[in-house]
Amino acid sequence: MKIHTTAKLLAAALGVSLLAAGCSSSSPSSSSTANSNQKVELSFWTWVPNIDKVVALWNTAHPNIHVTASKQAQGDEEVTKVLTAAKAGNPPDLFQAEYQALPTLVSNDVAADIKKQTTAVKSHFADGVWQQVTLGTDAVYGLPQDSGPMMLYYRSDLFTRYGLAVPKTWDEFAALAKTVRQKAPKSYLTTFSSADPGWFAGLTEQAGSAWWSVNGSTWKVNVNDAATKKVADYWGNLVNTGVIDKQPMYTPAWNKALNDGTLLAWPSAVWGPGVLAGNAADTKGKWTMAPLPQWTAGENKTGNWGGSSTAIAAKSKHIDAAVQFATWLNTDPQATSGLVTQGGLYPADRDAQSGPALASPPEFFAQQTDFYQLAKQIADTAAGVTWGPNVNVTYATYKDAFGKVITSKGAFTSAVDTMQQATVDDMKKNGFTVATG
Amino acid sequence: MSTAATRAGGRRRGRTAPRRVPYVFLAPAVVMFVLFLLVPIGYTVYLSLRRVHISGLGLGRGARAEAFVGLANYRAVMHDGEFWHGALRVLGYGAMLVPAMLLLALLFALLLDVPRVRLARFARIAIFLPYAVPAVIASLVWGFLYLPSVGPGQYLLQKLGGSPVDLLSPTTIYFSLINIAIWGGVGFNMIVMYTALRAVPQEIYESARLDGASETQIALRIKVPMITPALIMTAVFSTIATLQVFSEPFALRPLTNSMSSTWTPLMKIYQDAFAHDDIYTAAAASVVLAAVTLVLSFGFLRLVQKRAFGQER
Repeated sequence: MKIHTTAKLLAAALGVSLLAAGCSSSSPSSSSTANSNQKVELSFWTWVPNIDKVVALWNTAHPNIHVTASKQAQGDEEVTKVLTAAKAGNPPDLFQAEYQALPTLVSNDVAADIKKQTTAVKSHFADGVWQQVTLGTDAVYGLPQDSGPMMLYYRSDLFTRYGLAVPKTWDEFAALAKTVRQKAPKSYLTTFSSADPGWFAGLTEQAGSAWWSVNGSTWKVNVNDAATKKVADYWGNLVNTGVIDKQPMYTPAWNKALNDGTLLAWPSAVWGPGVLAGNAADTKGKWTMAPLPQWTAGENKTGNWGGSSTAIAAKSKHIDAAVQFATWLNTDPQATSGLVTQGGLYPADRDAQSGPALASPPEFFAQQTDFYQLAKQIADTAAGVTWGPNVNVTYATYKDAFGKVITSKGAFTSAVDTMQQATVDDMKKNGFTVATG
Repeated sequence: MSTAATRAGGRRRGRTAPRRVPYVFLAPAVVMFVLFLLVPIGYTVYLSLRRVHISGLGLGRGARAEAFVGLANYRAVMHDGEFWHGALRVLGYGAMLVPAMLLLALLFALLLDVPRVRLARFARIAIFLPYAVPAVIASLVWGFLYLPSVGPGQYLLQKLGGSPVDLLSPTTIYFSLINIAIWGGVGFNMIVMYTALRAVPQEIYESARLDGASETQIALRIKVPMITPALIMTAVFSTIATLQVFSEPFALRPLTNSMSSTWTPLMKIYQDAFAHDDIYTAAAASVVLAAVTLVLSFGFLRLVQKRAFGQER
């Protein structure tokens, strides 16, 4: 316990060296790229379920570039592992990276710039998605794999029972939240979660926030911009007047509330049906998906919650071969349909979004037959976003700062100011050139 | 014994000098100690003196360089309000937890040591069993029990007409955490004390009884003083465990708004290392935490050494 941190480090280092031993014995000694009579071995870290079945398709069709996928923990844990492996000099050739983690990986010199190999496939992706792999620069640091355009899920059965209309704007949403409290005093329209910064970030993107941007060689940081404060203030009023719930998402209590109808709606992302099926199994067929409420009536905008890309290690000996595989994985119809059916992803590739694999709705939403047609329309309206090099700090601060204002019934905008302060302080401490405002 | 065997034995003795043999036996332990304790500690100290410097956007090659910064990370830790607030919270938590847990453990040990106690074996195992449950799992289960909408206790309370109690509010969280720690820790401490009690020679009790002492008097006047070393040892262990409390609050944190992810010093270290990717500050804070723990536990030992071990000298 005393050496918790170091023990973890050491364990990681040991794991990496073992892995390195495994790799070096199987990969060819030459450092040249894919060559017709030479077999290339690529390692690929990912957490997509059943990815090995998709990779197997590639391996049969490409005997000279063999990819070995190894399953990883989702999200930040994998990033930490990739960073450690790269520090030890043995990163995997390819790895899955959430969009907001890319800048951290790039600034650690872990992810390669693959601009020249990927100019042809840019048109496969919506602009908002593509922006997330360029970080607002001229480079390209990964190929988009899946995206998480946000939408509203609501209990259509309870909406009918209480005589509620689906809100088109956030004003209607707030009014509806009050109505729900009157008609069903034990229920709430939804909850504000201090545990999910990605959710909040997506909501502010819809309002037009730009937390980071690049200006020459300077980072502009604006986590507390007007759009973000507007969103924070909106939710703060709802929470502090008791009109909506304030419990964190992804707890047993939250699952129960979704399951027994205590929570009537969930602003979430396109992957929501999978979560509802797993966490609120009793409500099958009772939910309906609609576009997120808008800030101005008649608009069509949304943000992204989650989504990831396939990045290539800067230290990989076979960058060209790796890009070839990553391109296939994320744009080839056979591969993307595998990602959808086997991995349960919502593909970033625009053709795949209307492909045969998404022709019928998710099983949990069987009654909403046009689910994916509507989802594609919404996906095209997702705002672009530039992530900064320390999203991890901003996100970690979100959890504590919002936890605090919720407990003390404080102003939500002050939590946003805390996030800005922590983000800028961390960047300055590390030497980044930063401008604010 | 044949001559061949004698000769072989003689030759072997000639090759390895007897004074080297102890070192050969010690080697595995020493190697392990160096590899898994000294080297990591050394590496932590090394990391704690370094820092990353990034230039410009920090994107692209060569934008990131690691350099020695002397004691800058330690200065940062010293001025880190959150770290020391965490330490204060843990002191408050420990001040309630350690005495309560040790008194309860002592009470159980004394009760089990009373002659003709019933179901002693069953009770001993039942009290000890929670110690075998990993802290993270115990905390998750307790956390679920605490939640108003899923805990059975809360359910009964509501059925009886009460309103659910918020066991995860900024103040009640202390008691919720202490409850988990006591549940998991009493068994271990009880076993240590009980074992010490069994080692006390029975003749002492016999003579005390002949002198007319009651069981309560025997317990307070003889048993407790006789197992003082065990009490001190459990106190030191509990103090160290308390200063480094991590699993319980870490597991409860996602269930509530009222706890920060830097609630204890070790949580702050974890946050720095694995959420902020700042392994250098985390290393410095780890060294500080280890030093404080060392000073406190050795200080406590020195303080009570004379009383506890005086007669053994």
